[in-house]
Amino acid sequence: MKDALTTFTRSRIFWPVVALVALLVANTLKTSSFLSVRVQDGHLFGALVDIARNSSPLLLVALGMTLVIATRGIDLSVGAVVAISGAVACSFIASSPDPASPVTVLTAVGIAVGLSLVLGVWNGFLVSVVGIQPIIATLVLMTAGRGIAMLITGGQITTVNSPPFKTIGSGFWLGLPVSVWIAGLVFVAVAVLTRRTALGMLLESVGINPSASRLAGVHARTLIWTAYALAATFAGIAGLMISSNVMAADANNAGLFIELDAILAVVIGGTSLAGGKFSLSGTLVGVLVIVTLTLTVTILGVPPSVTPLFKAVVVIAVCLLQSPVVRAKLAARRRPAVVAPVPAKVGA
Amino acid sequence: MSHPTPVVEMRGISIEFPGVKALQDVDFTLRPGEVHALMGENGAGKSTLIKALTGVYAIDSGSIVVDGAPHTFAGPAAAQAAGISTVYQEVNLCANLTVAENVMLGHEPRRLGAIDWRATRRAAAEHLARLDLDIDPASLLSSHSIAVQQLVAISRAMVVDAKVLILDEPTSSLDADEVRQLFAVMRSLRSRGVAILFVSHFLEQVYEISDRMTILRNGRLVGEYATAELPRLELVSKMIGTSLEVLEKLEEAPKRSVAARADTQPYLRAIGLGRRGAIEPFDLDVYAGEVVGLAGLLGSGRTELARLLTGADRADAGQVEVEGTTTRLRTPRTALGHKIAFSSEDRKGEGVIGDLTVRENIMLGLQAERGWARRISAKRADEVVTKYVEALGIRPADPDALLRNLSGGNQQKVLLARWLATAPRLLVLDEPTRGIDVGAKAEIQRLVAELAADGMAVVFISAELEEVLRLSHRIAVLRDRVKIAEVTGDEVELDQVVELIASGGRS
Repeated sequence: MKDALTTFTRSRIFWPVVALVALLVANTLKTSSFLSVRVQDGHLFGALVDIARNSSPLLLVALGMTLVIATRGIDLSVGAVVAISGAVACSFIASSPDPASPVTVLTAVGIAVGLSLVLGVWNGFLVSVVGIQPIIATLVLMTAGRGIAMLITGGQITTVNSPPFKTIGSGFWLGLPVSVWIAGLVFVAVAVLTRRTALGMLLESVGINPSASRLAGVHARTLIWTAYALAATFAGIAGLMISSNVMAADANNAGLFIELDAILAVVIGGTSLAGGKFSLSGTLVGVLVIVTLTLTVTILGVPPSVTPLFKAVVVIAVCLLQSPVVRAKLAARRRPAVVAPVPAKVGA
Repeated sequence: MSHPTPVVEMRGISIEFPGVKALQDVDFTLRPGEVHALMGENGAGKSTLIKALTGVYAIDSGSIVVDGAPHTFAGPAAAQAAGISTVYQEVNLCANLTVAENVMLGHEPRRLGAIDWRATRRAAAEHLARLDLDIDPASLLSSHSIAVQQLVAISRAMVVDAKVLILDEPTSSLDADEVRQLFAVMRSLRSRGVAILFVSHFLEQVYEISDRMTILRNGRLVGEYATAELPRLELVSKMIGTSLEVLEKLEEAPKRSVAARADTQPYLRAIGLGRRGAIEPFDLDVYAGEVVGLAGLLGSGRTELARLLTGADRADAGQVEVEGTTTRLRTPRTALGHKIAFSSEDRKGEGVIGDLTVRENIMLGLQAERGWARRISAKRADEVVTKYVEALGIRPADPDALLRNLSGGNQQKVLLARWLATAPRLLVLDEPTRGIDVGAKAEIQRLVAELAADGMAVVFISAELEEVLRLSHRIAVLRDRVKIAEVTGDEVELDQVVELIASGGRS
């Protein structure tokens, strides 16, 4: 028990969890009812539920980002994919004769997710086959993608009126928001996919040492391609959630800067941008920290103009506490004689 | 022998890492104008002692006196300021900077606060000239061979007027000419009163260049000796301690003469295989159950040949037959599909996955072959890993240890386990014994002989000719990227191969 506790305090996920708890405590001090969850019409309501729901699209994007980053890559285009996916779904529904029909909505969802997958395959092609640096390869779609979304929506904000579509972003099932169910399902699916098969280990091996992996016969091209395809697919689902939430597709602003939040969540979660070892649960905590932070800013009444600054301070604090240098210094304080011979132990 | 005042005196040095006593109560003395060899197996504590001296590791107890004054260096920079320069085993330079920038990094001549590039290049050229190294200071470091990069690293270490020069395995990537060149430089530095700490696994070189040696074993001091007074066999037995039987095994490494094989076809046959700029087209047959040695100097094309046989590089001429069927080895993956495994000479760059565990590293080849979807069960993985950890004596015998925390010899064993686990029919080993200790070396040699006896085809590359000779049934000799001859085991003498390699000289 004590060992488990020590392992936890040494792990990279420890400080992000502390930050999350601190944010929750701060909010509770400010608003005593913060942690309370009440039942209304059979649905759960409360700040915690809001956090979970607001986290859903970001979690989806961040999960894909985690896989891509594990391969030493990065995907800047996810925000654009979010916009395209929303635009396609809304345009299809708006132009269909029967927007309220579940068949229409399912078709729209299928087209949007399918198109997102195609976009991910395109990214993966540029990176793994053509060999373009990931940041440049995905920058192409990051810029072009919003243009594509504009083309699809004809430059307008496309609004729809379709109850089944609304369910994705605002519906409830068994008391919880549908979007939370979707994100949770994807999270479990990715966890199973990476850790119950060898996908996670092989992705890490490619990320840590590509040449050695190649000589070991690892099919790096397929793995990297898969990571980008999954990242865009998840972004597509996130795009459906975001557009369904407001029942509109905004080609310019949907998913704007979500790629940066996702990268941040991954890094806060302890996955190195240098690739290799990744942690899905770390990413989950990272997402919760970011979303809670955003909510905290609102609750504490911080003026919107200084919100980014407030966010930056918290992020810097968490990143500092995770950095090997600072951790080594803290460890040295606890046990004066030892200088870490290797960079501080990284929790798996 | 005269005893001038020591320039470095380390007394009672102890260093402990979590779970490991890396050094226990070790003394070490270095005098001006001597070449002092630090001897010991992998994991004996050589590197740790060097890192203690250069301030990379903090010592837990003991004292370090440099030039009569006690020192505890806060870091490598402090040690350098005190006149201690180091060239590490792995070339630690910036590959995408120029040679001049690398040599002068941190010591660039300045004018009006800005770096004077012309003067930098000129100064670098002077330092390189002292090593008789005739290369363009403005060229990119990465455009040169590892051997040249090593010499650049040494000349970089000499930029600061070092009183103490530490050379950790400087010769492991150098060919005979370059070693001679390096030794000439070392002798001239020695005559100028520089104290040189030299680490090498090549006993011949140690006996050629060093004046004294300090022997470590398992983190403890065995003793300090004058090189001339310590016979080789005694040195080796002091280094490896009680396990003298390993030495005998090394002596009697079985070399089975190839039984009648006229009726069998080769497992792999290369016909006119070549790649422009790497190796001229060559023919080579490798039969099951035999060890084919590749002999030649560094840069003779032995590695390039091996890479073509294993799909690591793609051939642009000729063809390959595996068991009589013509095939193309486009990638390592296709080669592995034909049961051809390749262990690269670049252990760090092309072998070790440092942040993964021993278990994952061993299973990587097998798992890659099966694809990601069909994960090898934990039970099966445990069986495989336990089998190889025991069979190869991997230390620590902990499958969950991160590979980067293992010593070089043990990392090599893990890599061997990775390849053996894929049950290859042809195993290509490029310098499998480089930079590892005598004991592990003997074990790997024995293993190679056993694998061949069990019917595996092995291609074996080593810079140590004796080793190639002892193990191989047949030796292909290379020179200047051309396969120039093939000689068969029993009648081969060392002189004969050396003559082949040397005849005609190098262009």
